[in-house]
Amino acid sequence: MKIKRNTLLSLAGIALLVGAIAVADATLGRFSVRILNLSAIYIVLALSLNLLNGFTGLFSLGHAGFMAVGAYVSALLTMSPAQKDMNFFLEPIVPFLRDLQLPFPLALLAAGACAGLVAVVIGVPALRLRDDYLAIATLGFAEIIRVLITNAQSLTNGAQGLKAITKYSTTWVVWSVAALSVAFMLALVRSSYGRTMKAVRDDEVAAEAMGVNVFKVKSTSFVISSFMAGVGGALLGHMITTIDPKMFTLTLTFNILLIVVLGGNGSITGSVIGAIVVTVLMEALRFLDMPMNFLFIKTDGLPGLRMVIFSILLMIVVLYRQRGLMGNKEFNWDDFLGIFRRKGASGAGGRS
Amino acid sequence: MISTKDVSMRFGGLTAVSDLNIEIQKNEIVGLIGPNGAGKTTAFNTITGVYKPTEGRVIFKGRDITGQKPHAITRLGIARTFQNIRLWKDMDVLENVLVACHLRMDVGVAASTLHLPGYRAKERRSREFAMSLLESVGLADQAREAATSLPYGKQRRLEIVRALATEPALLLLDEPAAGMNPQESLELMDFIGSIRDRYDLTILLIEHHMQVVMGVCSRMYVLDYGVTIAHGTPDEIRRDPKVIEAYLGVD
Repeated sequence: MKIKRNTLLSLAGIALLVGAIAVADATLGRFSVRILNLSAIYIVLALSLNLLNGFTGLFSLGHAGFMAVGAYVSALLTMSPAQKDMNFFLEPIVPFLRDLQLPFPLALLAAGACAGLVAVVIGVPALRLRDDYLAIATLGFAEIIRVLITNAQSLTNGAQGLKAITKYSTTWVVWSVAALSVAFMLALVRSSYGRTMKAVRDDEVAAEAMGVNVFKVKSTSFVISSFMAGVGGALLGHMITTIDPKMFTLTLTFNILLIVVLGGNGSITGSVIGAIVVTVLMEALRFLDMPMNFLFIKTDGLPGLRMVIFSILLMIVVLYRQRGLMGNKEFNWDDFLGIFRRKGASGAGGRS
Repeated sequence: MISTKDVSMRFGGLTAVSDLNIEIQKNEIVGLIGPNGAGKTTAFNTITGVYKPTEGRVIFKGRDITGQKPHAITRLGIARTFQNIRLWKDMDVLENVLVACHLRMDVGVAASTLHLPGYRAKERRSREFAMSLLESVGLADQAREAATSLPYGKQRRLEIVRALATEPALLLLDEPAAGMNPQESLELMDFIGSIRDRYDLTILLIEHHMQVVMGVCSRMYVLDYGVTIAHGTPDEIRRDPKVIEAYLGVD
């Protein structure tokens, strides 16, 4: 009875969301739609980092590297030979890559697969490390990837980057991928394999003693996460339509980490909410970087003030909700409806 | 069942265990005792693969398992508990047991994420098995509570149940009665005997609580500074002057 009610509520909720996206896509201006779609991409990216950070307890700072791999692979595979010739004016592109053109869905999968492959290569040595050492190592690897991309002129067009990438990341594409990612993460995390990931996170020694192949679980998580990061990076490339190596620095990883921590390490709901809140705020607070005119104080615009506000926001969240907005809890209808019920009963609003 | 042949474990200049020779037959309950720092837990760690012994070999069911990875050794049928309880704190009681069931489920990441029919059946079996284990120690009612919210004694039992969920042939218990009052210790003794019979186990246990070891073990080994100073039945050990010396000092 109760389960059935929740299923119905979920179906209604999904229908409502799909409707809301459809309306927003049709009525909002191009700028707003872009922010909406960026949120979806950030959902994919935040989920992938959360799988590592929140569910497997691997502190990785290499996400931008895997995104770069995905973005470049998908961009190069979808461009027509003529477009590639236009981009590669300094040094011609290697012939086999020039003539290779795939449909977008295949290119997207290839982007994820290549990022996953890179993760295998990186993971074998790096995953023997733990905690902050792993963070530093992955950060280093991400920089290596970036430097390689900058210098592989005939493969990636180096520092010039790629322009005129086809804009495949429409609202429906990105939100479908986001929805698929959420469904995939929920299924993974609730499965037996997902439980072993959490066991590795909570206590590696105990996990190993209970027969969990810790290295294999870590590698699997790392590869899946990188696959998703590659797909996310590819979607980002196909939305912005130009990519260059400078896009994929630590700052990008930091933004995703911000979403994960703000939303709640180990909460899928948290990552989704975090992605939307951060993306929207990031744009909404853009006025802070602009010239401002208070009654007595005039500023010529402080680039980066936005990030100051964000950092303060992060500090406040971490101070008052150590484990992020959602902690490691997930959304469920019973708790959600419980909030209203409690409010109704006490009148003064319950603790939530 | 299990034997160690001249196992030594050195950390730099410190010899934590030297020439350990343990031999345990099937269905025995054997104690490993000794003062603090005698190398008992190190001995456990060399058997379970946490450490690779500096010298010597560990033979389990006629197979040399020296230097194998802990998870591989668990798969072969050796499970353990920890001196300082190591439950997974962000999981509930049932989930703690289910993780240990994963080993025997033999499902990969794809099958379990896609919830394929084969996986579903295995998951259902695991849940039933886990619940039956929890029931046997009276934890079934708390299956959905956070593991670390249980009282201390129950956490110890949960650790044992979790180890049982890996379906071991040999169970290593590291101070199972630590922190328990005399009443709880007595119950634990009965419990250890009963799981041995029910799950056809061989048990090696470290314990300081003399009442427990003497009561439940048929034989025991005594370590002091890594050296095996005595070995025999509880009565023999009780009278052994070397043991008395190690525990009480000489005058």
